[in-house]
Order: sequence, then C-alpha cells, then structure tokens
Amino acid sequence: MDFQTILADKQGIASRNREIFSPAPERHVKRLPTGLSRRVVEEISWIKNEPEWMRKKRLLAYDFFERKAMPTWGVDLSELDFSKINFYQRTEPGRYKNWDEVPSDIKNIFSKIGVPQAERNLLAGVVGQYDSEGFYQNLKKEWEKKGVIFCDTDTAVQKYPELVEQYFMTRCVSIADHKFAALHGAVWSGGSLLYVPRGVRVTLPMQTYFRMNARNSGQFEHTLIIVEEGASVHYIEGCTAPIYNMDSLHSAVVEIFVKRGARCRYTTVQNWSKDVYNLNTKRSIVEEEGIQEWVGGSLGSKKTMLYPCSMLIGRGARADHLNIAVAGPGQHKDTGAKVIHGAPYTSSNIVSKSISFGGGISTYRGLLQIAKGAKGSKSHIQCDALMPDNISVSNTIPYIKVFEDDVTLGHEAKVGRISEEQIFYLMSRGLSEQQAINLIVQGFMEPVVKELPLEYAVELNRLIQLEMTGSVG
Amino acid sequence: METLEIKNLKVAIDHKPILNGVSLTVAPGEVHAIMGPNGSGKSTLAQTLFRHPKYEVAGGTMRFGRAKLNEMTTDKIAQTGMLLAFQYPQSVSGVSVQNLLKVAQSVRGERVSVDTFVKNLKQKAKSMRLPAEFLTRSLNEGFSGGEKKKAEILQLAMLAPKLVVLDETDSGLDVDALKIVGREVNKLKKNGVSVIIITHYNRVLKYIEPDFVHIMYHGRIIKSGRKDLAHTIEKGGYNQFIKTKQKG
Repeated sequence: MDFQTILADKQGIASRNREIFSPAPERHVKRLPTGLSRRVVEEISWIKNEPEWMRKKRLLAYDFFERKAMPTWGVDLSELDFSKINFYQRTEPGRYKNWDEVPSDIKNIFSKIGVPQAERNLLAGVVGQYDSEGFYQNLKKEWEKKGVIFCDTDTAVQKYPELVEQYFMTRCVSIADHKFAALHGAVWSGGSLLYVPRGVRVTLPMQTYFRMNARNSGQFEHTLIIVEEGASVHYIEGCTAPIYNMDSLHSAVVEIFVKRGARCRYTTVQNWSKDVYNLNTKRSIVEEEGIQEWVGGSLGSKKTMLYPCSMLIGRGARADHLNIAVAGPGQHKDTGAKVIHGAPYTSSNIVSKSISFGGGISTYRGLLQIAKGAKGSKSHIQCDALMPDNISVSNTIPYIKVFEDDVTLGHEAKVGRISEEQIFYLMSRGLSEQQAINLIVQGFMEPVVKELPLEYAVELNRLIQLEMTGSVG
Repeated sequence: METLEIKNLKVAIDHKPILNGVSLTVAPGEVHAIMGPNGSGKSTLAQTLFRHPKYEVAGGTMRFGRAKLNEMTTDKIAQTGMLLAFQYPQSVSGVSVQNLLKVAQSVRGERVSVDTFVKNLKQKAKSMRLPAEFLTRSLNEGFSGGEKKKAEILQLAMLAPKLVVLDETDSGLDVDALKIVGREVNKLKKNGVSVIIITHYNRVLKYIEPDFVHIMYHGRIIKSGRKDLAHTIEKGGYNQFIKTKQKG
C-alpha cells in the first residue's frame, strides 16, 4: 500500500500539538547561574564527576570558544546573548530503565510525543533526554547480547571511557572547528552513544527524544555513533521544546563513524519552538564501501544553521542526504549539506527541499568537494523550493569545488509556486482551498517524508499543515 | 436525485462576455451532449458550473436540486455530488490518485477503511485497464493523454457522483479507451447519475447514447434536439445551424 495513503488516513489523529508545546512545570534538581565562564564549565564537569581528560577537553574547548569569532555568514546571530543563557540544568537525579518509574509530568510529555508506545512496537532501544540530562534508557535484550551499546553520552563517559575518549571530538568534529563546536565541547551534556559491533545488523531503529523544557536554556547534547565493519543501524532523533518567547540555544554535535562496508542511517525531525536558535554540527566519516544516509526534517526554531557533512574517505563510500526545511513567519533556515569526496568511486546524492511561507527565509547552502585523485566519483544535487506566496524568500548557494577531471556531476534547482488551476482541480474533488494547498505541499515533501518512520511522517505533515493554515492563500 | 437547472446564464472573463444567456435543464439520469465549434463557450459553461474563480457570473442562476451554485465555492459544489472530468487534468507532484481519492472521500465524511478503499480502487482501475502502478504514481505526471482521461473517469466513479460533466473527455482517446470510458459512464447512468458530455465530435456518442443534444455557438444554445441531431451535425457540420440562425 502506498505510503501517502496511509498518511492521509492518519491525518485524522487528534491534535497533540498544543500539549507538546505547552511548558511543563519547571523542576530543576540542579541549575547553574546564567552566562558562560570557566567556572561554569568546571562546575558542569564536577557535577558530572567526569574523568580528568574530559574536564581538560572542556576547558580547552572553552578557550577556543573565547578566541573564535562569531560566524558572519548564514543567519543573523547578533541578538544571541550568551550571558542570558542557562548552560546547564538537570531535572532528574537518576536514569530509569522502566517507563513506570519515570515521574508523571515528564512521562506525560513523552507519552504525548508518543515515546512509550513507539518503543513497544517499533524500536530496538530508546534514550530520553529532558533538558540537559538523559533520564530514561532502555535497550532490548537481544541487541544488548550482541554487544550493541546504547546509552546517554554521560553514562558512556563513566562506563566506556576508552570508547568515548577515542572518538569524542577528536578526528570527526574537532573542538577547534568553529565557535559553536567549541562552545559545545565546553558545555555539552547528554546525547546518546550508539555502538554497533562488527557485523551486527540492527533491524529495528534506535531512537532518542530530546525535550528542552526550561526557559532561556541551552541544550548541547552530543551524539556519538560508531558502526563497525559490516554492521548497520538506523538511528532516529526527535526534538521538541515548548514555547517560552525567550531565546534558547540548541547547539548539538553529532559524530558518526561508518567503518568499512557499514551503513548508518541518521533520521531526525526537529520541531523546536520559535524562540530557539538551532545551530548544529553533524558529521560522518565514511570508510570504504560504507554508506551514510541523512534524513532530516527541520521545523520550528527561530534561526537554524545545519549542514550535515559526509566525509567519504574510503573507496566506493556513499552518502545520501535528504532534507526538508520549513520556514514560516519570522523564521530563517540556513540548511544544506556538505560532502567531501576524498577517495575514488565515491558517490553522493543530495536532495534538499524547502518551503518558505508568510515571509520566512529559507536558504540552501551546500558544499560539494571532490579531491584530486577521487576518480570516478559521482554526485547529484537537487534543490527544490516551494513558495506559495510572494513575501517569502528562497535562496540557493551551492559551492562546488572539483579538483579531479574524471567525475560525474549534476545540479538542479527549481522554485515552484502553487497555481490557481491546481487548486481548482483539487477543489473540484471536494477539497477546501486549504486542504488543496495542504495536499500540494504534502506532495512536494513526499520524497523526503516517505523516508521517515511513519509516526514522524504523520507528525511532520500535520505540523506543516497546522503552521501553514491561514497564512497562505 | 437532483435536477440541474441553468437559467439565462451570462458569464464574462475580464468583463468580456463569453456566455450570453444559456439555459439548460438536466433531470436525474439524463444524458445531455453539448456540441459546437471551438470557442463557442462549452468549456466555459463546464468551468462556470464548478465556479472557477476566473469566470465572473454576470447574470442568471445555476441550481442543482436545492443547492444554489452561484453562491457556492468549488469544493462545496463537488460535495453536492457534481463532479467534473477535466479537459486538461492538472498534475500534482508527489500526490497519487489513491492519495487524492482518500482525502476526497474523508472530506465527504465517508468512513471507509484504508484496506477496503484500496481494494475497491484497485478493482475499478483493473476493470478500466489502468495498471495498479498508476494509482500510486504522482497524479497525471508523465501520464499519456489517454491515461489522464481514464484516470479522470476513475476518480469520478470512485466519488459516488450524482451528476458528471465530461469536458472533452473523448479527445485524445483511442477506440479501446473510448469504449472503456463509455462503459464506465453507462454504468453511472444506470445508477441514476446525470451526464453532461461536452464534445466536438459525435464519435463518443456511439458509446454513450445521449437523450438530448445541444448546439452551442457564440455563448448560446442555438439548437436542441434528440440524439438524431448529432447525426445531422455529422453530415452537414455546424454551419447549417449557424446560417439558419442568422437568417432567422
């Protein structure tokens, strides 16, 4: 049965959105003063009882943060005030392995997002994070026995220090990369470690849910995924935050290592509230014959900068980037993809879709680089923008740097509008004007949405419809 | 079942008159063919019945049963059971026939399970010799002319219509496709559905027998008759009526 039909059938699901976006009572076991200083960094490390190497890394990162300039490209960050941000808050003193033990107010929020039910039915493992710290984790026995590790990153620092020390902000995303990578290195908290041993193919997705519930807060989760030779895994991340009308900052780092012949799919649907600065760094190093797939939907947030990067360092490595960004009134999305072809016969396929409406700004910014010697490499980039009105903005900024002759490259970009004839056609089947627009928008997103797990696809479609209702026409 | 009553309908585009007083009554289960040369206003009539925003109604009334079409929007008109098969069906990327019909059905408050719905749709498509893959491909994208027209009839049949308007559905169809479309329309007729066929040629009328034939010219119905009128047109063209009219 086709996916869109199932989706259409599920559209009737009662609206959970309002509840998801309402703040729960704030409850902090521990909260540091606002603003960033060496002392705050030290304190975070102390609270977490971290080993010396991590403490040093944080402080080194803090030094870089102090020295690095703010980026002057992308979105306007001049109103982002670090002194007003709370860089660490902890809600729950411990972690729960059983859903029943989770305190009821937190449980309620995650139930509304759909966590426990999804876990029962569809997932191999779940980590939940509330504000800065993980509070719940569960990995199905079957995978645990095969040596799969799935836990929040703080736990990983304590339980698997060698693993973390080897991979954490070393050769993938360095603390010296840029200002927000440095900031992240200094104050990171939470996130997930996912380790899949050689040859293990995890058949069900692993999932993490992030919820930023405190006002004026920062969330800096660190996700580390290591997929050993010949192994495969699908990791899914869902993010939400309630509406506070006060700026918050989300600056995550995701580091993925795809070893020889391994495969990793990383799926994320981010639905931050519209007062969040969402500035992330996501990168994957892909070895010989490895496959990295990025599937992302970016909704919400005030300003987003996000360009998942694939470094194809082994012969025949492949990257697929599929992304959809939605920019409504007051929103600026600067998103795209980076692919570095560093070995022969590597291939990449980038599909980037954006919808700008109600004055929203959406920019595709991409870098495609093919190194000298990366013979026989192939890349195709497709950027589609949909603009249902005349007051929104869509930009495409593709940087292409090719240092090898023997390559195949394709780039397409198009901007679409919704025609009166299309709307009339759909209305003649009984759909209202708004339903007709929704359906056209849904169709536009379909190539990305059909790659999402069903519950996310439904949510994404519904949220976009909700956002666009009344603002187009 | 409802009767469609059009009285003295006047329509303009950008203040330029296109229809100059059209009156037509279609009782339940009747088949009416509207014929006429290019630019006579046939398609304008079809689009106006469904209240295309481009066409301004300058006078006259349109009613379907108790529904006053003049005051309604396209979607509400469709919900009365009036459906239009387009001359130029629009393509909608990423939306399949199946998907559109599912949404259209739920809008009409029909609570059919997805499984039953898909089963019915597949059966219908098969009987119309449309491969199942057409149901899940992007609507009209890369469809041939004939496939588009068949898909139009398929959509109408699935939406339980009371009156269908076929706007040049026959153009671009080969004989086999024409037979299939004819068969489907006859099935609708048998169930009491009224049919308005807009066409240049009477070859479609071999497969769908009209109760009445009307000739449109310069935005008016200049001649109405039974089905033998179509044969007269075939023999002598439209000019014979146009001249008569002018002389008269």
